Amino acid sequence: MLKNAYEWLDKRLDITPMWRDIADHEVPEHVNPAHHFSAFIYCFGGLTFFIVVIQILSGMFLALYYVPDIQNAWKSVDYLQNEIAFGQIVRGMHHWGASVSIVMLFLHTLRVFFTGSYKHPREFNWVIGMSIFFVMLGLGFTGYLLPWDNKAYFATKVGIQIAASVPYVGGAIATFLQGGEIVGAQTLARFFALHVFFLPAVLLGLLGAHFVLIRRQGISGPL
Amino acid sequence: MSENKQAKPGMSRRKFLTYTIASTAGFLGSGMLFPMVRFAIDPLLQKGSDTKFVDIGTVSEFGSKPKAVEFRIQRKDGWYQEKGGEKATAWVLKEGSEILALSPICKHLGCTVKWEGGGRTNVFYCPCHGGEYTKDGVNVPGTPPPKPLDVYATKIEGGRLLLGAVKERG
Repeated sequence: MLKNAYEWLDKRLDITPMWRDIADHEVPEHVNPAHHFSAFIYCFGGLTFFIVVIQILSGMFLALYYVPDIQNAWKSVDYLQNEIAFGQIVRGMHHWGASVSIVMLFLHTLRVFFTGSYKHPREFNWVIGMSIFFVMLGLGFTGYLLPWDNKAYFATKVGIQIAASVPYVGGAIATFLQGGEIVGAQTLARFFALHVFFLPAVLLGLLGAHFVLIRRQGISGPL
Repeated sequence: MSENKQAKPGMSRRKFLTYTIASTAGFLGSGMLFPMVRFAIDPLLQKGSDTKFVDIGTVSEFGSKPKAVEFRIQRKDGWYQEKGGEKATAWVLKEGSEILALSPICKHLGCTVKWEGGGRTNVFYCPCHGGEYTKDGVNVPGTPPPKPLDVYATKIEGGRLLLGAVKERG
């Protein structure tokens, strides 16, 4: 049954070459932990992507209950965490995953740096990777406000204050982030939009470019 | 040796490894997905809230002509509870000595009906698709509603009328 369905699809869409291209792609010996255990340092990029997938999934599910409004945001988070089955788990995945993804991303960056993988001809992929890093920081910063508790509120006040200290354009950046005269209703609305629409869209685009480039150029050679 | 391998009964090494890896991946994947799916379908598995009887006035207020009564039900909608309760309406009338309290929600597709609405006389009228009901809430044949209007449970205590849960009629 399954096989027939797959063949029916494959005849029309020709999907076999797509996954075959990934499945048959050989992992070079120097990055394969099965050959040299120390090669596990090459796993951090993939692990970052894995955590990002968990973040996207758990975030989609949280959005079923969350409301980005100053009257209801905290109440909806309290409700989904304490009164919905597995609320604590799903919110926990998103909460801890946020930190883990930054840690994995940082370890991946260190590996690329210390193996010199950023050098020519991969310098552009390093730049894309750095952009991914800043988009992820942006996701962390905007997501932090959404529960609308004291920690969220003051962290955002501090963050915006820091942004305001940029020479010349600081004031404009702060106003753009804040959306109004105070950290309030408008800030929450735009942080929500940035967190679930704008930044994830940019992130997915950048990740696609990152992966296409690594396939085109191949992974850097052994040390 | 290689001919022997072919003749060996049971599973090939490749198949065994494929199954092992697939079931491990399936186990880990479902461990990840189960909490999220259960989280999403929670509303399906929650039981409805209880309805308490609400005092809506003295029985003598009501006659044979349907009268709209607005009252408030205490109900929590997720994290939200309206101050003073959410609004509800009943069309109350006396049929002989019986009190009839009709729900204004049309049995066609859930719009709100009104006594003698839209210029119709002696019927409940629903503006969405032109559904009509007679005074006792029975749907008029040839109009969209398939069933009579629901009724509120009624109770009379010391000359006062109390309304309870909404029930469907046969």
